[in-house]
Amino acid sequence: MKQLLLTLMLMLPTMAQAECLTRGTGDMGIIIERASGSVLVIDTSAHKVLFRVKGLGDLSHASAVFSRDERYAYVFGRDGGLSKIDILCGALDKRVIQGGNSIGGAISQDGKLIAVSNYVPGGVKVFSAADLSLVADIPATATAKGKGSKTVGLVDAPGQRFVFSLYDTGEIWILDMKQPGKPALTKFTGIGRLPYDGLVTPNGRYYISGLFGEDGLALLDLWHPEKGVTRILDHYGKGEQQLPVYKMPHLEGWAVAGNQAFLPAVGHHEVLVVNTSDWKESGRIAVHGQPIFVMARPDGRQLWVNFAFPDNDTLQIIDSETLKIIKTLKSGKGTLHMEFTPRGEEVWVSVRDKDEIQIYDTQSLTLKTRFKAEKPSGIFFTNRAHQTGL
Amino acid sequence: MNLFRMTMLAAFALGSSAVVCANAGPGAQRQTELLHLLRHDCGSCHGMRLEGGLGPPLTPPALRRLSNEQIVATILHGRPGTPMPPWRPFLSPSEAQWLAMQLKQGVSR
Repeated sequence: MKQLLLTLMLMLPTMAQAECLTRGTGDMGIIIERASGSVLVIDTSAHKVLFRVKGLGDLSHASAVFSRDERYAYVFGRDGGLSKIDILCGALDKRVIQGGNSIGGAISQDGKLIAVSNYVPGGVKVFSAADLSLVADIPATATAKGKGSKTVGLVDAPGQRFVFSLYDTGEIWILDMKQPGKPALTKFTGIGRLPYDGLVTPNGRYYISGLFGEDGLALLDLWHPEKGVTRILDHYGKGEQQLPVYKMPHLEGWAVAGNQAFLPAVGHHEVLVVNTSDWKESGRIAVHGQPIFVMARPDGRQLWVNFAFPDNDTLQIIDSETLKIIKTLKSGKGTLHMEFTPRGEEVWVSVRDKDEIQIYDTQSLTLKTRFKAEKPSGIFFTNRAHQTGL
Repeated sequence: MNLFRMTMLAAFALGSSAVVCANAGPGAQRQTELLHLLRHDCGSCHGMRLEGGLGPPLTPPALRRLSNEQIVATILHGRPGTPMPPWRPFLSPSEAQWLAMQLKQGVSR
């Protein structure tokens, strides 16, 4: 009897965690299923779906960041939902509705704060990464209509800072959270019309806003914020007819290879090449359509590009040395997102209208395998946990 | 003979235009495609549930002040000075009219 009790007691902890995995998470990730409000937890080594986590609300245009222990994914939903998912257990750990309509977020340098960028009401809210309790509420500048400006392009930066852009009022703000109880703002106004997205370079030094309303991009040197915001590539698009834009490009995937950076041109069938030492344009690459994501393979040797409607059935791969297109792949309609494995031997591609994930070998540029996912969009691997701006 | 043929042609033309008027919109398969476009492609700015994003919401209350004609014109020709592009290359006027009606009534989720 005594022995039976002891056995039962020993078994209890195992039973309680029976559904959770005991493993490292470095080769794991999540895939957003945008239409069904669910997330797939996947294993990038085994090419396997481990869990499907449901009940996450409206995940159209959802994105995610990872805790620094790579155990939790924070998913930012369109309906203002912020969900913390335990990827080892395939379970929702905590969920709050923090805004009316939101567009992405970021995790702080120390991993303790989660910032969320909102369209409605405009502004940024900062939460504790541990329990999602509210730490700071930063309303945006009011527009002429009296609403808060939509906030976009929210990233983390060294020094426990967040940086974001104000779409309606044309501003960049730095939010310093070193003292969580005393958020400090530095505001840059008149940076250009309609900044639609922003990015930070992988070293955390430069923040760049893409402008929809005028030519060029706005650049802020976070080592020297006192120098203010400068305009780069302001000649691009000048005197040229911009094509109608059926989907805004994303600047999140910052593609840098050597001293060259690659950016999607808004309203043009081009990828822009910029020299990062002087921020001058050093070339343009004609591509299949209007680029959405321009992503560098982790070693910088290749760029993978997907496109806006009506050309969103195609992927193109560019050699970063010769700037030539080396392959055009017809992945299928609704090719929305790409994610490289940490060292870049594979890229995972979501193809919405085929309800599938395609996995390509980046050496042979051929399809390795595919599996089913419901209307997949964003793909996020855990190695993002240790990259500034992702 | 010629006259007979012309009469037949005229009758056929009248008949087919009557059919178009009666249906006043795209066929079932095209309707599915249009709703897919609305949800996923219009949705990239207006939200998959059309509750707004970088672009304004397209829910019935949000569109109350606009006539069907205004909505059709916006869909087909875009709104210069804003990111709203013209969808005329992908949609016929009758398809835009049908979409405007769906938006006014409220598109089921």
